[in-house]
Amino acid sequence: MDLFGDPAVWLPLTFAALMGVSILVYVVLDGFDLGVGVLFPFATDEEKDMMVASIGPFWDANETWLVLAIGLLLVAFPSAHGTILTALYLPVAIMLIGLILRGVAFEFRVKAPTPHKATWNWLFFAGSLMTSLAQGFMLGKYVMGLESTWGTWTFAAITAVFLTVAYSMIGACWLILKTEEHLQAKAVTWAKGGIWGLVLGLGAVSLATPLVSPRIFDKWFSVPEILYLAPLPILSAVMVALLWRSLQHLPNPTDTGARAPFSYAIALYVLAFGGLAYSFYPFVVPEQLTIYEAASAPESLMIILVGAIFVIPMIGGYTALAYWVFKGKAAELRYD
Amino acid sequence: MDTLMLSRIQFGANISFHILFPTITIALGWVLLFFKLRYNATGNVRWMEAYRFWVKVFALSFAMGVVSGITMSFQFGTNWPGFMETVGNIAGPLLAYEVMTAFFLEAVFLGIMLFGFSRVPGWLHTLATFLVAFGTTMSAFWIIVLNSWMHTPQGFEMREGVAFATNWFEIIFNPSMPYRFTHMMLASGLTVAFLLAGLSAFRWLLGDRSNGVRATLKTGVFMGALLIPVQIFMGDLHGLNTLEYQPQKVAAMEGNWETQSNVPLLLFAIPDEEARENRMEVGIPNMASIILKHKADGVVPGLNDFVAEDGTVMHPPVAPVFWSFRIMVGTGFAMLLLSWAAAFLMLRKRRGPEGIPTFMYVAMVPMAFSGWVATLAGWYTTEIGRQPWLVQGVLTTEMAVADVPAPFVGTTLAAYLAIYALLLAAYVGVLFFLARKGVDGDVPRPRTPLSGQAIAREIPAE
Repeated sequence: MDLFGDPAVWLPLTFAALMGVSILVYVVLDGFDLGVGVLFPFATDEEKDMMVASIGPFWDANETWLVLAIGLLLVAFPSAHGTILTALYLPVAIMLIGLILRGVAFEFRVKAPTPHKATWNWLFFAGSLMTSLAQGFMLGKYVMGLESTWGTWTFAAITAVFLTVAYSMIGACWLILKTEEHLQAKAVTWAKGGIWGLVLGLGAVSLATPLVSPRIFDKWFSVPEILYLAPLPILSAVMVALLWRSLQHLPNPTDTGARAPFSYAIALYVLAFGGLAYSFYPFVVPEQLTIYEAASAPESLMIILVGAIFVIPMIGGYTALAYWVFKGKAAELRYD
Repeated sequence: MDTLMLSRIQFGANISFHILFPTITIALGWVLLFFKLRYNATGNVRWMEAYRFWVKVFALSFAMGVVSGITMSFQFGTNWPGFMETVGNIAGPLLAYEVMTAFFLEAVFLGIMLFGFSRVPGWLHTLATFLVAFGTTMSAFWIIVLNSWMHTPQGFEMREGVAFATNWFEIIFNPSMPYRFTHMMLASGLTVAFLLAGLSAFRWLLGDRSNGVRATLKTGVFMGALLIPVQIFMGDLHGLNTLEYQPQKVAAMEGNWETQSNVPLLLFAIPDEEARENRMEVGIPNMASIILKHKADGVVPGLNDFVAEDGTVMHPPVAPVFWSFRIMVGTGFAMLLLSWAAAFLMLRKRRGPEGIPTFMYVAMVPMAFSGWVATLAGWYTTEIGRQPWLVQGVLTTEMAVADVPAPFVGTTLAAYLAIYALLLAAYVGVLFFLARKGVDGDVPRPRTPLSGQAIAREIPAE
């Protein structure tokens, strides 16, 4: 299969792209449902039920994108998988415990005896918070080249907070889209309050990345690259402005523009992710291991790719079906 | 304890906790499809009652399985990087196919299956139920392909210490895969059969005589009675396959130290690895030879053949394998006894559930989890039996472990154990709570049985 040139070049690139898309889809999709969990303490018990109802049919599939992303890292870049995950041992463990707690709390909060519901609600929040913080922490460590110093820990602690706020922001945008009346009005306030996290998070990562690595600095700030790349920060600023403006018009009696904040938030996530991907390419372990060095044997990648070509469009198709079936405002979750 | 031992205990704890839930969801998915199809065919609401109750158990078990499964996919990297570095070219595609063909299918259609009953046409809801069941089974297939390959690897070549695939057909259909897959599918079926019977028996004991309980009780008992003899037969075939490819494991299961003929079947013994002999042996003469070689003077391999010249032990630790195997077989025979007796009493004079005496209902309640006991014991037998290898003859467990400081592993292990203990207690508690709630009329039963087109009634998702 030399149709596209040397498979040892295009296969790793293809898999890096697939993995990138999976991570992006994951942070958008699980981002909003983690965010909804993080917002739990600000809601009344009745609102909590509605918040869970808005993500109930989706969260399982949303989390599967994490499994796909980590799976692709595992199968396509096995040595990078080991290096990254052993370097992030503790935050990964915290994230996993968080995911466990929130995943089961989803079920237990409505199935356990009513007096226990408050506990499970609390665990749902705690799990969502642990997961978001741990993911933000890992992002920070990754940006810092997986180094362990006081400086990198501090930076990672800051990105942990920012990513959590960013998740709660996209979670609030999701709620604006999926809910009505007082909860929607509250979600608008939450979204307004969360924008700073998004902006500061974007800013911190964008500034730190080139400062940590001269290579990344050169990739961004040399001519003519800086001209091609200028639209990225400019578009991001435009999106933030549009997002802010769309929130000013909500809620309104006709629910006009309820979709807008969520769309702008997704656009921001995509732009931010694009910037990161550009900075780190071709490295999968920052400054240590490129995707070409870390890639599995081409024969093995090929056999996965053949399957992926058939299966991924199907996944897209039936995921769309699920979002279509549960389109519109969230309703109480019922098994009948 | 050192990092290796802690990492092994941690992975063992995670995978033990994890397997409890797929063992339920794999077969329960098909049972739910059965309930749904019976309802579609007969319009009898008792099948929908059964569906509504058990879909809650499914949802809860599924969530437990998902979250504990994610944990494992990460632990490959955090604790066992050597595994993917050495055999990643083979394990990778198999895991990728599991995610692509199974995980998304089950996760996406689960939403429609659970919450879509009144939002989608009936056929789509039935299709979603089917696809969830199919997805869980596909997931089991791929992971068992990989696990079997670790026991009986073929279809690859080693280049500079890394495995490269040469024949995917040989890798997927490796010698132990058909046996292991069938054995595990039947184990799942039995786990669900006894869970159905056990929780229904619990409701029966609380005085619930509804048609829904009768339906699930009968389904559970007959399913168990039908599957258990097949499972015993299949287990025997699997054992013979193991004898061919991993004789050291069979030697440990039998507690047989010397390669010899006329080996007894040990019912009890305390294997002593220091002295390399058994203490307090109680056995049936010649029986192990008869089971494994089909003749009384058949030669059964012994553990002492698997000690290198320099004294390095290349066979698994004996006592855990020996005892796990006995627990699995013992549980299997208890299942046989209970399900056949209950089935017989129900069929005799066509008395149905009334034919089963109270003491037998009492026995069914703890036996609700007999499938878990047997499944775990079986997996311990085969997985501890693979030691000291991670991939038989290719990679030792010791070579694959991550160089993470032992206190780190100790901390995460303690955290996982605490959470798993809590969740397991909550899970079992909620199962019985749901069963009790079912008795108290969570499901409002109509006074007169509905015939023909049954109307879906409003039941909140609780």
